[in-house]
Amino acid sequence: MASAAGHATIIRDWGSDVTTFKGVPWGKAMMWIFLLSDTFIFSCFLTAYMTVRTTTAEPWPNASEVFSLTVLGQSVPLLLIAIMTFDLITSSGTMAMAVNYGYRRDKKKAVRLILATAFFGFVFVSMQAFEWYKLISEGVRPFKNNWGAEQFGACFFMITGFHGLHVSAGVAYLLIIAHRVHKGKYDHTNYEIIEIVGLYWHFVDLVWVFIFAFFYLW
Amino acid sequence: MSSEVGQQHPLSIYFAVWVGLFIVSGLSYATDFLQDGLMRWGLILLFMFVKAGYIVAIFMHLKYERWALIYALLLPPGALLVLVGLMWMESDYTWLTRIEYFGEDPYAVAKPVVH
Repeated sequence: MASAAGHATIIRDWGSDVTTFKGVPWGKAMMWIFLLSDTFIFSCFLTAYMTVRTTTAEPWPNASEVFSLTVLGQSVPLLLIAIMTFDLITSSGTMAMAVNYGYRRDKKKAVRLILATAFFGFVFVSMQAFEWYKLISEGVRPFKNNWGAEQFGACFFMITGFHGLHVSAGVAYLLIIAHRVHKGKYDHTNYEIIEIVGLYWHFVDLVWVFIFAFFYLW
Repeated sequence: MSSEVGQQHPLSIYFAVWVGLFIVSGLSYATDFLQDGLMRWGLILLFMFVKAGYIVAIFMHLKYERWALIYALLLPPGALLVLVGLMWMESDYTWLTRIEYFGEDPYAVAKPVVH
């Protein structure tokens, strides 16, 4: 597609006075538009985080130390976050497989892979709940913490909370779709519904990539 | 390549991207052990964009969509860069004001974390 001729299709598609996104089922187009709006929401959170972090004269707590876990007497930085990252990537992999098997009309494998994705998502939320519990018990609040700038807690709970909410909603969404696919509600279609739920799930992973880089590593 | 018959690609490409994401995530995590500085921040951003690119292009199949959809999705977030730029430009002014008028100490270091 990456050619001048490919680019010329933009004008033709948008100027065709009929469906703009040709070959894209309406549900998929709507999911993309929803995700675009979600991109703006998460970007506003991350921009707000950048703004408070660059404007505060108080020292920012060292994320590497805050999110470290002690294993066998050794303090390992960001251990839980790294495990959560790999868990989410694994779930993205199983989701991509589910989409693929859906289009191959292998319903059984597709349903199993969606359930595996939901499982990894659930594990992610559980680890996040543990992380919240740990930080709250160490005195982190949206308005204070024991290490540095107060804004740290506000950013942390806002950003990871909103992301965790997306993962939780995603798990519910995956389970509903798995159930409906299993019941045969989409047998008359191409199973593009699996690709649509997949788009949402990959987006959740995508947001985590940015949160991991900006909030935990920076 | 329209998606009229859905997105059918060999499984191998997903496995390749999956393994790639694992490796890049590992590298990304490894940056935490580097000294703060341009090198570390550059690598964090590099690995972040590589991961994001793979997820959007392959897992979300954007690479295989028509340009009409690709541009509809990738151009609007450009507005966000303007927002980031505006907030960034203003921030040193706020920071200096806080030091100048609130007497905050810009050299203070965060307290050590004890778990």
